[in-house]
Amino acid sequence: MNEAYIWLTVAAIALVTAAIRFLPFAVFNGGRKTPRLIEKLGGTLPYAIMGMLVVYCLKDMRFTAIEGFLPQLISCAVVGILYLWRRNKLLSIVTGTVCYMLLVQLVF
Amino acid sequence: MKRTLKTAFLATLPVMTGYLVLGFGFGIIMRSEGFGIPITFVMSLAIYAGSMQYVAVGLMTGGASLITTVLTTLMVNARHLFYGISMLDRYRDTGKAKPYLIFGLTDETYSLVCGELPDIDTVHTRAYYILVTLFDHFYWVLGSVLGAVLGTLVSFNSEGIDFALTALFVTVFLDQWLNTKKHAPAIIGTITSTACLLIFGSDSFLIPSMLVIALILSLYRSEDKSNE
Repeated sequence: MNEAYIWLTVAAIALVTAAIRFLPFAVFNGGRKTPRLIEKLGGTLPYAIMGMLVVYCLKDMRFTAIEGFLPQLISCAVVGILYLWRRNKLLSIVTGTVCYMLLVQLVF
Repeated sequence: MKRTLKTAFLATLPVMTGYLVLGFGFGIIMRSEGFGIPITFVMSLAIYAGSMQYVAVGLMTGGASLITTVLTTLMVNARHLFYGISMLDRYRDTGKAKPYLIFGLTDETYSLVCGELPDIDTVHTRAYYILVTLFDHFYWVLGSVLGAVLGTLVSFNSEGIDFALTALFVTVFLDQWLNTKKHAPAIIGTITSTACLLIFGSDSFLIPSMLVIALILSLYRSEDKSNE
């Protein structure tokens, strides 16, 4: 691998990533008003995306073996129940993560 | 201002955990593949997209062509289009900081700025956005560089610590759920993604999910008034 190739690849990834992030603002941020459809999507997307991100994080669960899904399910339940009970994000996240680490390192 | 700083810092603590660890992991991989600290630093600073940077290591060591690299980046990061669309209004009047806020709109930063903001008055909303973005960016770069520098020295068994990000998204999901009466979008997002995951597999379900979610939400109309 030569240096130039590495830097060129990094530059390409950085540019494309930034372009994706800037595109919506570039398209819908002129003087004209944002189309209603896009406004509507903007209002409902956060809810849908967070569901998608949760699925994205759990995408590597495997149901062929118990250790492929049980640690995730138990820990997600811990996070969820604790959050519904105490309404404290940090507490839920720390407890859930410690629970997951113990499960994958010591139990399964 | 001091209170905004504190609020922003506390809000980013879960991301700090996740980013330091995942950044650290990225640094270790970069080092083990023979890349130097400067390139690791520049990647985390300028690309600033976690999963794509992990993919990039494979692309570079495999000698992928520029076209492959560009297409892969488009596929992996396409979900960021959605973040922009839903932040158009919130970031409209952010002034000089706007380009940086847009550049720093990662999954995790988005999860902290997209919903109900913590208890701060509107005057400080912009400061909150900027601080959250800066903190998150800093954690990611710091984690990566530490991983590249110290990677081989650390023996703490951190297996599973990346669950912090999953937990973050679960709490944001629940928080959003509790703060609205309209649950259809959340249900549509979750079910569509799960269905696409089963149909297309874990490597390529994100883009079909996005398309179907956008389509269904465009057609979904019943209660779109109370949301603005």
